[in-house]
Amino acid sequence: MIKINGEDSDAAGQTVASYLAMAGFDASRVVVELNEAIVPKGRYAETTLRDGDQVEIVCFMGGG
Amino acid sequence: MMKQNDTFTLGGHTFSSRFILGSGKYSLRLVQAAVEHAGAQIITLSVRRANTKEQENILDYIPKGVTLLPNTSGARDAKEAVRIARLARELGCGSFVKIEIMRDTKYLLPDNQETIKATEQLAAEGFTVLPYMYPDLNVARDLVKAGASAVMPLGAPIGSNKGLATADFIQILIDEIELPIIVDAGIGAPSQACRAMEMGAAAIMANTALATSGDVPRMARAFRLAIEAGREAYIAGLGRVLTRGAAASDPLTGFLR
Repeated sequence: MIKINGEDSDAAGQTVASYLAMAGFDASRVVVELNEAIVPKGRYAETTLRDGDQVEIVCFMGGG
Repeated sequence: MMKQNDTFTLGGHTFSSRFILGSGKYSLRLVQAAVEHAGAQIITLSVRRANTKEQENILDYIPKGVTLLPNTSGARDAKEAVRIARLARELGCGSFVKIEIMRDTKYLLPDNQETIKATEQLAAEGFTVLPYMYPDLNVARDLVKAGASAVMPLGAPIGSNKGLATADFIQILIDEIELPIIVDAGIGAPSQACRAMEMGAAAIMANTALATSGDVPRMARAFRLAIEAGREAYIAGLGRVLTRGAAASDPLTGFLR
């Protein structure tokens, strides 16, 4: 299993790019962190998610 | 004489608006109007887990040319703040960051010591660092040394709208620290923002005061006017206060008898 934003996911084997597209994220508006390291945008297509990975997908929201 | 060149600088960027607008707790649809009515050139944002249920992105509502100031809210120590700041920069909207580190969930008071650590780290990484802090002169001096671009003392607890509870200590920072002092948190009414500007603050940050008001864009405008009034008063130099007695403003001769 993979944890994506704190939830279990069976996305192992997918690339970051394919996961973002499948889940419906706008890749230009998010940043992906894989095991606490930022994945550069240019590497989404070549970065494969593996069992046990911790993924955070974040974006800007309102705030003070 | 109008304040044509009355600007202040953060990280090499020059700003003429002294109202930093928060974007939390009100509708995205009001953000654009709020920015316009505020005349704001800087808007704060948070960084949070994305979800695909919300199809609208706040960036679509912020007018072009407005500087984004992401905060590190949610961070409980310097390490978490650095992590959030790096994510924010990777989102590709500049390298400004407002450091916000809290261990305390009841009063949401900033952790000054961790804030100094995060400031040092992020300034070294090239960020323009605006640390939110509890107004303490020694800490402010450490933040200067750590490479901060401004110091952001709180007026009162976040979201309280209680105003300048720390006024005397903010005044010490204004008097002693060379960097811009931006009063952040607690400012609940335009009158309070005006007073902070009269005291010599470089700018005011407000969010909850607008978000909990009856009319967000209108309150944004009220704050803009108050901040401009306070700034003008500061530049003019306030009149003196008598400790006792009175002083007539009318001529002291020519009385009718």
